[in-house]
Amino acid sequence: MKNFKPFLLAILVLAILTPIGIYLPEKLQAGDAWGELSPEDLSQEIGYVPQGMEKLASTYQAPLPDYSAGSMNPYLAYILSAILGVILTGGLVFLLGKVLTRREH
Amino acid sequence: MHIPDGYLGPSTYLVMYGASAPFWALSLSRLRKTLKSKMVPLLAFGTAFIFIIMMFNVPIPGGTTGHAVGASLVTILLGPWAATLATSLVLLIQALVFGDGGITALGANCFTMAVIIPFFTWALFRLLAGRSFSRSYWVPIAGGISAYISLNLAALATAFLLGVQPLLYHTAEGKALYAPYPLSVSIPAMGLEHLLVFGWVEAVVTVLALFFIQRYDASLIALAKKE
Repeated sequence: MKNFKPFLLAILVLAILTPIGIYLPEKLQAGDAWGELSPEDLSQEIGYVPQGMEKLASTYQAPLPDYSAGSMNPYLAYILSAILGVILTGGLVFLLGKVLTRREH
Repeated sequence: MHIPDGYLGPSTYLVMYGASAPFWALSLSRLRKTLKSKMVPLLAFGTAFIFIIMMFNVPIPGGTTGHAVGASLVTILLGPWAATLATSLVLLIQALVFGDGGITALGANCFTMAVIIPFFTWALFRLLAGRSFSRSYWVPIAGGISAYISLNLAALATAFLLGVQPLLYHTAEGKALYAPYPLSVSIPAMGLEHLLVFGWVEAVVTVLALFFIQRYDASLIALAKKE
């Protein structure tokens, strides 16, 4: 890898463009991915909330559900989520990679 | 393809944790032996790319949404074990921080996206372009074909997992306890949308990324022959 500036730039540009990923579906009236409806939305489709699902669905509450942050503008929250996610995932793998390649030193 | 909590019954999600666990362990031990420290930044960027490309939801007007995964690209650049690790970590962060994909379903989601996609991409790409030079025009095309087929296989596996739930878990009156749609609904629904739309999204992303990476530094394409 000669230098990683172009990669960093590509990720940054993508991060700024991420709101397209919520704007277009809204504009074209597309819903959730297939098989990912919330229990409430599912019950609209089939007329009931499956019993087991009701219990399991509340197993865990994520701090930033669906890449949103409370009352913050959804597009801004989406971009900030993208940046946070990039730092967390890229950072974790970078550190893990350093540990895995320690033998070289 | 991110199955939420509540869609898979306990025996299914436990089996799927069991199916993914050996791949997690093997990816760590393989990478400990094979990963070069100069490749670590590329692996970090590949992981960040997987995270961010999944945020670009592509709509089917009036229907569902889907997105590329990016795991095929990372496989072609760094091999299947690196892609397993990268994609699994992305799925973990998505579940923990953003509630995208369930915690109980993490084993299943890792199996479809972090195991099926990398290993089928690896096998298909090696078959199609394993003897091609890394600068060849065939490399991005072969990458796109491998990505298209692998994503569809992952979607099929997800549809299968969801579709068997009403068979495995239901009340005496026949009401579903977890995912309610049978195989006869889940397979065509997920199969068609991925064959017709989302598979192509993954293919285009993979072709474009490989095309640009070839021009930047073709030696980064690990699965093709060096010149």
